[in-house]
Amino acid sequence: MEERIGVFVCHCGTNIAGTVDVKRVAEELAGYPGVAHSTDYTYMCSDPGQNLVKEAIKEHDLTGVIVAACSPTLHEATFRRAGTAAGMNPYQVEISNIREQCSWVHQGDKEAATEKAIRTIKVMIEKARLDEALEPISVPMTPRALVVGGGIAGIQAALDIANSGHEVVLVEKDASIGGHMAQLSETFPTLDCSQCIMTPKMVEVAQHPRVKLMTYSEVDDVSGFVGNFKVKIRKKASYVNRDVCTGCGLCSEKCPAKAPSEFDEGLAERPVIYTPFPQAVPNKPVLDAEHCTYFLKDGKCGVCAKVCPLDCIDYEQKDEIVEEEVGAIVVATGYDLYPIENMGEYGGGKYPDVVTSLQFERMLSASGPTGGEVRRPSDNEVPKEVVFLTCCGSRDPESHLPYCSKVCCMYLTKHAMLYKHNAHEGQAYVFYMDVRTGGKGYEEFYTRAAEEDDVLYIRGKVSKIFEEDGKVMVWGVDTLSGKKIEIAADMAVLGLATVPNKAAGELANMLKLHQNEWGFLSEAHPKLRPVESLAPGFYIAGAAQGPKDIPESVAQASGAASKVASLFAETEYHREPIIACIDEDTCAGCKVCVSVCPYDAAEFDEKDKVARIKEAICEGCGACIAACPSGSASQKNLTDEQLYKMVSAALEV
Amino acid sequence: MKIPYYPGCTLHERARDFDDSAKACASALGVELEELPIWTCCGAVYPLVTDSVMDVLAGVRNLSYASRIGDKVVTLCSFCYNVLKRSNNVMRVDLDKREKANLFLRADTAAREKVESYTLEDYEGQVEVLHYIEMLRDVVGYDKLAEAVSKKLDGLKVAPYYGCMLLRPKKEMNFDDPEQPTIFEEFLEAIGCDVVDFPMKTECCGGFQVVNDEELAVSCSQNVVVSALKRDADVIVTTCPLCRYNLDRHQEKMAERISGFTKVPVVYFTQLLGLALGLGKEHLDFTDNTVDPMPVLAEKSLI
Repeated sequence: MEERIGVFVCHCGTNIAGTVDVKRVAEELAGYPGVAHSTDYTYMCSDPGQNLVKEAIKEHDLTGVIVAACSPTLHEATFRRAGTAAGMNPYQVEISNIREQCSWVHQGDKEAATEKAIRTIKVMIEKARLDEALEPISVPMTPRALVVGGGIAGIQAALDIANSGHEVVLVEKDASIGGHMAQLSETFPTLDCSQCIMTPKMVEVAQHPRVKLMTYSEVDDVSGFVGNFKVKIRKKASYVNRDVCTGCGLCSEKCPAKAPSEFDEGLAERPVIYTPFPQAVPNKPVLDAEHCTYFLKDGKCGVCAKVCPLDCIDYEQKDEIVEEEVGAIVVATGYDLYPIENMGEYGGGKYPDVVTSLQFERMLSASGPTGGEVRRPSDNEVPKEVVFLTCCGSRDPESHLPYCSKVCCMYLTKHAMLYKHNAHEGQAYVFYMDVRTGGKGYEEFYTRAAEEDDVLYIRGKVSKIFEEDGKVMVWGVDTLSGKKIEIAADMAVLGLATVPNKAAGELANMLKLHQNEWGFLSEAHPKLRPVESLAPGFYIAGAAQGPKDIPESVAQASGAASKVASLFAETEYHREPIIACIDEDTCAGCKVCVSVCPYDAAEFDEKDKVARIKEAICEGCGACIAACPSGSASQKNLTDEQLYKMVSAALEV
Repeated sequence: MKIPYYPGCTLHERARDFDDSAKACASALGVELEELPIWTCCGAVYPLVTDSVMDVLAGVRNLSYASRIGDKVVTLCSFCYNVLKRSNNVMRVDLDKREKANLFLRADTAAREKVESYTLEDYEGQVEVLHYIEMLRDVVGYDKLAEAVSKKLDGLKVAPYYGCMLLRPKKEMNFDDPEQPTIFEEFLEAIGCDVVDFPMKTECCGGFQVVNDEELAVSCSQNVVVSALKRDADVIVTTCPLCRYNLDRHQEKMAERISGFTKVPVVYFTQLLGLALGLGKEHLDFTDNTVDPMPVLAEKSLI
């Protein structure tokens, strides 16, 4: 078929025309083989510019279009749409970059820049002459979402997706949803009771007709691809028939054995058959077999089974694998605190009156181990002087973590205030490097602490904490006065760094989700795509992506939910067709392509003894094409023939 | 088995008791500490200047001597250990300094006259610098050590004092956790002592400041000794002659200043090790100690 390529050379104001003689370029290319129309224009991306393309396609019956302008990352989509509007296949519209790769880098040399621009465009003309009309690949879309993690971010994402009309499976590894926010006493800067604002959402998500809530469960395996994931979820054995259980609580009440309470951060004990906290959703207990007398001592005890009025206890219960089909996965697995064992300078966890921030939070909580009173763990006395330390592990590249954990300045301010509200005569000290108060109302909150609650802020780091004579000795410095400070305090609270949840790391590895060196999930673009992963179909929200506070976690969750809703808006998912394909006539069945593909997109058909590309998964990376020994693998619209012709045009050979 | 041994200046002079007990214990454990045929002062303090190679030459030359007779060198004094290990690191990673240092080493004709085997080979950091206690843990093994103990030091409450030089700077020394080290505690448990953990075990004794500002050294040492005393230590062990001097010598002043102060003897860990291995009183030379350890050892029926 006769090639009739249209060439449109953009001036881009003076960005290109200032260095490249655009008129001469358009004139010289008019005579190039295959070119039926060649022109130049000031701003091709403008509406009139785009109309030039559309009109020329119709008037000159063009078979291909080259727009010589800026980088394709900017306007390839724009001109493909213009081409489509005029009836041309979008994959026959090409961009030739004569700005970033020509005019912008050769600004002193007009002659050379013009010659280079001409050659650059010739390269793309050669490509366009052999371009085929391609259709986007459609795959069916299962409009159901999986949300991994039942903290505030996971709950919000599940609610938003469900409210947009799609089913959600919400998986949480603990016995109840709520995450760390459920452990908090009050939240900054409003000092709202954390449970009070969270439990309505917890109940809403549990009762939502489109949400399938699976607690005490973990994701075991994910296969498939965007729109078509197959997920295996392991419902861990709770030894309780949670469907029949009414949550009466008799089993927990009568259970004689105890274990350290995870929810109370080890400050108290809980029964072995337990619900983690009174407002748990679902309010159904689980049995912790690792500490259970029945399991450890061969069937001794069994009290819970005896007292249960509905016969819900089942010691024979096994883990159950549930399979779900979903189209999108939101990962909202949250955070943990940097282990106190790593802070040897502050005792490494061996001093009872040096506590973690979450432990202090549990003390402040009315339903916590001390009934909402601040007490020294060693002797249960009310502490008269409490030292709060920011940056325990954060902002310390030499010994610990280099990054800022964002929320500690605020929550330690909150802790200091609440301690003062608790113990009016007490003295609170906060050792800080900077007080970071970037959110709305945050600076005012900090001012309130310093001015109304007499919290003493000391600018300096604490070098050592040890216990002496029943006191917590804190060695610090006040850099503003240049003096060393020693405080014989009653208690110290460590603002430990935020790290990604440990269990989440294993999940991310299984899903092959990219993480940064500290284990936080990587977003697709640090500025413009904060809630998506680069892997299609995976979205991220909350502290799993990086340290953040509750409003940001909720915002990200809603953002991820909206991305999922847009994905589900089409019944089919469309993929770019510029992928690999295999010539089955020449394929020798060596399977090299199968072994090199990083996406598992190449599969070998045992019956036909040839390899095939799974169009729904192939990302067009080119690994199989390079590896194929028989040259049977090639890329759509970037064949070897096209490449040879493009290189020849570039080198003028 | 033989291991090259670098005693350092002090171990041949003021701290002969340390050197003697260390050699005797090693021998009892089947290790012959082969003192380097020639050696010089290591320089005492690792230099703070980084743009010159002259300051590390002393340490490097000793390491180069050690490399002619073995692939490890054991030392006891914390300061020597610090200087040798950090100088060794420089030779391993700084190629420019390595080249310059080797030019000096090649010119060391005096050494070759004394020891024929000192040929013109470059030193590249191939020797491993070991502290004696690392040798006990890694070459002998604490479990073998425990088996060799004939007299468990039951009832003796020992506070292990690390001081600064063994542990810091963390990345270069790579000796133990600088905040909560345990290598000495494990050693003491192996020889049957009751270990006293005290928070000042990694704080400075005053070090060389005693020359310039004795009061400062007294106050630093007091901090350490009082902390151990509060936790009922019978004895403090150390591995540094300067630490022993400071912690021991200034107790006279501490006794004047603090009512109810009880003196705590400060000994070298190898002296306690000798007792545990049944080497008897002959290797316990406490003539240099201001606070005599004999009474407390006798009280616990250990001598």
